[in-house]
Amino acid sequence: MGNEALFARGQMAYSLAFHIVFAAIGIAMPVLMVAAEVMWRRTGRAVYLELARRWARGTAVLFAVGAVSGTVLAFELGLLFPRFMEHAGAIIGLPFSLEGIAFFTEAIFLGLYLYGWDKLRPRLHIACGALVALSGAASAAFVTIANAWMNAPRGFRLEDGLMVDIDPIAAMGTPFALHEVLHTVLAAFMATAMAVAAIHAWALLRRPGSPFHRAALGLALAVAIPSALAQPLVGHMAGQMVARHQPLKLAAMDGLERTTARAPMSIGPIEVPGMLSFMAYGDADATVRGLDDFPAADHPHPIVRHAFLVMVGLGSIAALHALVTLLLCWRRRGLPDARWWLRATLLLGPAGVIAMEAGWIVTEVGRQPWTIYGVLRTADAVTPVTGLWLPFTLFAMIYLGLAAVVTAVMTHQVRKTTDAAERG
Amino acid sequence: MGAPELIALVLSGALLLYILSGGADFGAGIWDLFARGPRAHAQRRLVEGALAPVWEANHVWLIVAVVVLFTAFPPAFAALTIRLHVPLVALLIGVVLRGSALVFRQYGGPDSAHRWQHVFAVASAATPFFLGAVLGAVTSGAASERDLLAWIAPLPIATGAAATALCAYLAAVYLAVEASSKIGGASGETDPEAPTRELADDFRRRAIAGWIALAVTCAGCAVAAHLDAPRFAGRLFTAAWSAPLGAVAAAAAVAALVALVRGRFRLARVLAIVQASALLAAWGAAHAPLLIAPDLTVRGAAAPPVTLRILGPVLVGGALVVLPSLYWLMRVFKAPPPRPGDPRSGSPT
Repeated sequence: MGNEALFARGQMAYSLAFHIVFAAIGIAMPVLMVAAEVMWRRTGRAVYLELARRWARGTAVLFAVGAVSGTVLAFELGLLFPRFMEHAGAIIGLPFSLEGIAFFTEAIFLGLYLYGWDKLRPRLHIACGALVALSGAASAAFVTIANAWMNAPRGFRLEDGLMVDIDPIAAMGTPFALHEVLHTVLAAFMATAMAVAAIHAWALLRRPGSPFHRAALGLALAVAIPSALAQPLVGHMAGQMVARHQPLKLAAMDGLERTTARAPMSIGPIEVPGMLSFMAYGDADATVRGLDDFPAADHPHPIVRHAFLVMVGLGSIAALHALVTLLLCWRRRGLPDARWWLRATLLLGPAGVIAMEAGWIVTEVGRQPWTIYGVLRTADAVTPVTGLWLPFTLFAMIYLGLAAVVTAVMTHQVRKTTDAAERG
Repeated sequence: MGAPELIALVLSGALLLYILSGGADFGAGIWDLFARGPRAHAQRRLVEGALAPVWEANHVWLIVAVVVLFTAFPPAFAALTIRLHVPLVALLIGVVLRGSALVFRQYGGPDSAHRWQHVFAVASAATPFFLGAVLGAVTSGAASERDLLAWIAPLPIATGAAATALCAYLAAVYLAVEASSKIGGASGETDPEAPTRELADDFRRRAIAGWIALAVTCAGCAVAAHLDAPRFAGRLFTAAWSAPLGAVAAAAAVAALVALVRGRFRLARVLAIVQASALLAAWGAAHAPLLIAPDLTVRGAAAPPVTLRILGPVLVGGALVVLPSLYWLMRVFKAPPPRPGDPRSGSPT
C-alpha cells in the first residue's frame, strides 16, 4: 500500500477515533441529564436540578464538537475514499440518510432542551430531552448499520467485481447489524457513564458525603452498571458472528497462527483446552481456522490482537466493578462510600472510553485490507488526489488542539460544579 | 420529470435551506468580526444569543445535502470530493473552527472568551467563501482531477465573494428583526445591554451595506460567468425558468431595500428570503440538467432506480418529522417575547 493510501487511512482512523468519543457522549449524556431532571421533578431536591443544568452544559459543548467532527467524516468518505461511496452510495446511502434525519431531530430538540428551560412547560421540556436521547441512539444505530454492512455486505450480486441487482433494504439487514448496534450503543453508555462516575467519585474523595455528588454518582452508576453487565454477553454474540462471517478477523483477534481443532484460550496464565472453539462455535471440539489458512497479503495488522485483549480486559474489569458495586449497594441498602471503592471507580473512569476505542480498532483494522469486506480493497477505494500528508497534518493539528481545549473547557465546567457544590 | 430530477430538487432545496439558515449563521459571525462603535458588545451579544439555540440544527442541512448527494448521485459525490478536495477541506476547517469556537466562547469561562470570539468571527467569514467557490466550480467546471487548484478561476472566486455577501446580508436582516423584536423585552429594565432601537438600526445599516455588497458581487459573477462559463451565462437568459426567477429576485431585492430603508424589518426579512431563494433558483435552473459541470448530469449520475424509489419516501417521512420540529424550534426562539400574562411566560425555575 502506497504512502498516499496510508495517509488516507491514518486520517480516517484518527477522525473516527476523535469523533467516536463525542458521538458516544452525545448518545449517553442526554439520558443522564433527562434522568436528573426527572428526579428533580419527582423529588423536588435542588441537587438534581443543579445536576441537570450542569450536565446539560457539558452536553452542549461535547455535542457541538461531535456535530462538526461528524460533518468532517461525512465529507471524508469522499475526500479520502471516493471509490467507496461511488460503488456503495446507492446501496448503503439509505442508513446514512436515516442517520441524517435522526441527527436533525437530535440537534433540534437539543436546542429546545438547552435553551428552553424558561420557555417550555416542564413536561414538554423533559419530552424534548427524551427525544434528544432517543434520536441520539437512533442515529448511532443507523450509522453502525452502515459499518456492519462494510463488514458483512449484503443486498447485491457481484458481476466482474461490480455490485449489481442492488437491494438497499436487504443491505440494511446485514447479519452484523444487530450485534454491532447493541455493542456500540452499550459501549457509548459505558464509556460516558463510567467517565461521569469517575468525576463525581473524585469529588467525593475530596469532599465525602456531598449530596450533590452522591446524587450524580448514583445516576451515572444506574447507567454504567447495566451496560457493563450486558456488554460481555453482547460481545460474546459479536464474537460468534465474526467467527462465522469473518474467520480471518477472528484468527487475528485471538492470535491463532494455525488452524486448530479444540482450540484453547488463555485466561491469564491458564490455558483452557477447547475454550476458543467453544466460545466461537458453541462446540469445544470445533475447528477454528488460523491465520495460516488465509493468504498472508490479506492478514490484518497484528494490532488487532492487542486491541482485542485491551477491550476484553477492560470490559471484564468494568463488569467486575459493576458486580462488586451491586453487592455493596445491596449490603448497605444504598450507595457505597468506602474510599477504596471510590478510588476504584475513579481509576476506571477512562476504561470505558479506552475499551470503546480498542473495540473500534478490532472491528475496523480487523476489516483491512478491505473497505467493503471481500468486495472492495482499501487500496482501490483511495482517492487519486496526491499530497494527502497535508490534510492529514492539518486535521491532526486541529483535532489535537480541539482535544486540548475541550479538556480545558470541561475542567473549567467541572471545577465550577465542584465549587458550587462545596458552597451549597 | 422523473425520480432523479425530483431528488435533485430536494438536494437543491436542502442546499438552499442551508444557505438561508446555516449560511446566515456564518453571516452573523461576519458581523461579529465587524462589531464596531459604542454598541460593539451589544452587537456581539445579539449575535451569540441568536445563534446559540439554532445553529446546530441549521448546520444539519449541509449534512442532509451531502448524504442525499452520495446516496442518489454517487459518481457526482466522488467527482466533487476528488476535484474540489482543496476548497472542501478549507470549508470543513471553517466549519470545525466556527462551531467549536462558538461553544468554547460560551462555556469556556471568561479568560478565553475573547480569543475564541476571534476564531469564531474569522472562521465565519472564511467558510461561506469556500462554499460559494465550490458551487461556482461545480457550475463552471473549473475543477480537474489532475490540477487541484483549477478551481482558482474567475467564476468560483466571484461566487465565493457573492456567497459571503449573501450570508452577511441575510444575517444583518435577521439580526435587525431579532434586535427590534427584543426592544423593551422582559429584561429591558435590568439589563443595560438589552437591545435598543439604536442596536436594530446598527443592523439596518449593515443590512443595506450587505445588500450593496451582494449587488456588486452578483454583477461580478455575471462578468466572470461570461469569461469563464459562457454556456452557463447564456442559459441564465434562455433556460425556461431562469430569466423569470431572476426577475423575481431583482424585484424582491428592490422591495427589500425599500423595506430596510423604511425600517420594516419583518417585511424585509420575507423579501430578502424571496430574493435569495429566487436568485439561487435562477442559478440552479440555468445549471440544470448538469449536476457537476462539465460532464455529470442529473440523469447520468443518478443511482439505480431502486435506490431512488426507497430514498424518496424516506426523505418525505424525514421531512414530516423534521420540518414541524424545526418550525417549533424557530417559533420558540425567534417569535417575539410573550406579553406578561401569557401562559408561555410562566417560568418553572
